[in-house]
Amino acid sequence: MKSAFLTTGSRFRRVYHAFGPLLALVLIVLGFAAASQIKAGLDAHRYLVQRNRAREAAGLEPEPVAGRWRLIYEHKNRFLTVDTLRGTANQTVSVGIAAMGMTMIIISGGIDLSVGSVMALTSVMLAWCLREGWTPGAAILTALLLGGATGLANATMITRLRVVPFIATLGMWGVARGLAKGIAAEQKIDAPAYWLGTVLARRPEPAWLVVSPGVWVLIGLAVLVWAILRYTALGRYVFAIGSNEATARLCGIRVERVKVCLYGIAGLCTGLAGAMQFCRLTVGDPTTAMGAELDVIAAVVIGGGSLSGGEGSVSGTLIGALIMAFLRVGCDHVGIPSWVQEMVMGAVIVLAVALDQWRHRRASAQV
Amino acid sequence: MAGVRKAFGATIALDGVDLVVGPGEVHALIGENGAGKSTLMKVLSGAIVPDGGAMRIDGEPYAPAGPLEARRRGIAMIYQELNLAPHLSVADNVMLGIEQSRFGLLRREAMRRRVQAALAELRHPDIRPEVRVGGLSVGAQQLVEVARALVSDARIIVMDEPTSALTRHDTEQLFALIRRLRQRNVSVIYISHFLEEVRQVADRFTVLRDGRVTGTGRVDQTSTSRIVEMMVGRRLDDMFPRVPHAPGDVILTLERLCGNPLPRDVDLTLRRGEILGVAGLIGSGRTRLVRTIFGLEPVRSGRVRVCVARGAANAGSRPSEVDGGAPPHRRLAQGIGMLSEDRKAEGLAMGLSLADNITLSGLRSLGRWGMLSPRRQRAAAMRWIERLNIRARGPEQVVWGLSGGNQQKVALARLLHQDADVLLLDEPTRGIDIGAKVEVFRLMGELAAQGRAILFVSSYLPELLGVSDRIGVMSRGRLVAVRPAAEWNERAIMTVATGAATDDGTDGADV
Repeated sequence: MKSAFLTTGSRFRRVYHAFGPLLALVLIVLGFAAASQIKAGLDAHRYLVQRNRAREAAGLEPEPVAGRWRLIYEHKNRFLTVDTLRGTANQTVSVGIAAMGMTMIIISGGIDLSVGSVMALTSVMLAWCLREGWTPGAAILTALLLGGATGLANATMITRLRVVPFIATLGMWGVARGLAKGIAAEQKIDAPAYWLGTVLARRPEPAWLVVSPGVWVLIGLAVLVWAILRYTALGRYVFAIGSNEATARLCGIRVERVKVCLYGIAGLCTGLAGAMQFCRLTVGDPTTAMGAELDVIAAVVIGGGSLSGGEGSVSGTLIGALIMAFLRVGCDHVGIPSWVQEMVMGAVIVLAVALDQWRHRRASAQV
Repeated sequence: MAGVRKAFGATIALDGVDLVVGPGEVHALIGENGAGKSTLMKVLSGAIVPDGGAMRIDGEPYAPAGPLEARRRGIAMIYQELNLAPHLSVADNVMLGIEQSRFGLLRREAMRRRVQAALAELRHPDIRPEVRVGGLSVGAQQLVEVARALVSDARIIVMDEPTSALTRHDTEQLFALIRRLRQRNVSVIYISHFLEEVRQVADRFTVLRDGRVTGTGRVDQTSTSRIVEMMVGRRLDDMFPRVPHAPGDVILTLERLCGNPLPRDVDLTLRRGEILGVAGLIGSGRTRLVRTIFGLEPVRSGRVRVCVARGAANAGSRPSEVDGGAPPHRRLAQGIGMLSEDRKAEGLAMGLSLADNITLSGLRSLGRWGMLSPRRQRAAAMRWIERLNIRARGPEQVVWGLSGGNQQKVALARLLHQDADVLLLDEPTRGIDIGAKVEVFRLMGELAAQGRAILFVSSYLPELLGVSDRIGVMSRGRLVAVRPAAEWNERAIMTVATGAATDDGTDGADV
């Protein structure tokens, strides 16, 4: 059964629905941990054997070498460490924040292809403001408002000019990227980072934060969006429009107005994601976040969002974003070349959606 | 066809149906909405595979794997909603799927000649094969479909409510065409609500009710009232329970209301405690009228006047009048509610829960400042589920899995939840079983007795006649006549609806 599980569904069903992606995430993390362990053990074994050969060549007594499995077993795991997990969480922040807005848009049956470009635009804008001597607070606010403005521009194209979201945001994808390059004069903008450089620090200050402030921002935003979707009329309207826009109109919902709100909020999220991008790079790079929109959409879709609307969840999207990040970090860690990584990512997206479809079919067969 | 059965989950759509159609016979298949006619025809056309039973054509077993095989065996379907590609030409449409080609190239000229021959045989050489189908009138488009059936050498042509969109003139043309098909030894299965039509055109009939055959025989040997009894399966008095209600103050007034392009110049007054039926052919502007009142379609000119006096507390106070067009959210605030004719595409968000669907238009009462309490939403939905006897697992269940009748009750529950004073009901009984229909009729009576006003649009004349206090008939966008229900009968309504009574020669202008 198709289920918009964030509506007044039973707790069980909601847990069940988020369970699939969560299971995949756990499997991926454990898989990489095991792979990393095995690889480390084998590397150690090879090293010892080679050292013995060198010793023999030099006429020295070879040292006894422990079995491969023993070495694998005894090796200290370098993947499941606090540092790796923190690093992965930090990598998730930009995509995760943008994906919060995208989740709402996709639930409403829309799409936003301009995310990557707008992230670049806002991060360049932030850098420009800082270079001009603005305070970090004012610069961030500017970036947020600029993001919101692009969202409103998208909404205007969609609701007033009646351009479908795919095309409207494709247009914005080009405009925002161009504007970013224009502001930066086709170069990177070097700017003083102030405290912005510490937002995504590996080891947060103060230490009791456990994870970096950027991760906390993502968590806070996730809670906020979750509450909007579950506890406000706006949230219910988003689901209704995505599920059936004609019904929403029939029920007196001002569909255009809701969409303007929605794309505006999503734009703010993207602006924030752009600010995070600057925090990570500490320069304003107009070519950053190329293709990030696809990562963001993939996160939502892996998390159970349906591009035909009416379905999606904050928890699912977060897990989707984490899956993407862990895949990347894990592949790097185990030493898989980047061209293989990209193929893996592509396959995972298709696999995730196919699995979700399969679960839907099975559930609807039980009705 | 013998002993055909088909079940969808727990719903048994066909329960051992037998149907015998002779060569060159026009066989009427009669039954209410949801009786199983469409399902039976889908089995015949190979669109769905039956769970049991057997079919034979000319004594040979017939078990189509799909629509294509059915077409090869000589079965052609002409649906109520025409199945044509409006951007393609007449010839392309007729030959679609059976194109002739040589060395991979289409033989356009040969195809054109074949199409022309078929159209000539239908005595309509005036339709040129190269014009775009989208520009033709509905009647002409139907001819294109029949031509398609002829070109593929169909021996059984199924027509599903073919006259519902036709003018009087086109209807008679169609009947003449059916008679010519009969002479060519082509069998026609003719599906219709309108018993008058059946009487004119059919040789024999079979009545379906709740997936079973309840009667079959020769048309000229059976009385109309006998057929109606077979259709509804009970005496007419039980079918339409009367809840006493009396008309009160005027609540809705339309003055020369024009939409774009329909309706045209509609004048109407609707009183509290009144059920006003609206009849008319498909495309006559009934649905447009309702949608224009509700603000889903633009008002071009004219006025909609609503007396706003919400709830019992305001009963004594002087109602304020609201004029002019308004978007749906304002209409809702004025106490108008609308039930869509198309539950799936518009009426309900099928992927959302009962609770969401019931409360969607009245979320504001379930919290403050845009906030929402899921607990209160659930409680509100629960109240209506019990009140309307909706059979569901609970407020969380997704509407998708409910039966048609229960879905319709959910849609009605939404109007009740928003506490509408004026209910615009567009085909409220479409696709629901008879038990649910009786419940809907009783509910309409009760609502009228509470002093609410109901505008009731229906294609099914017996129910309009049985439920309404007054009936108005629409023809080509105009509300032609509004009279007390007692002064109408089926024939009179059809005469007005098809424009025979007020034919002013502006044929072809209808949309």
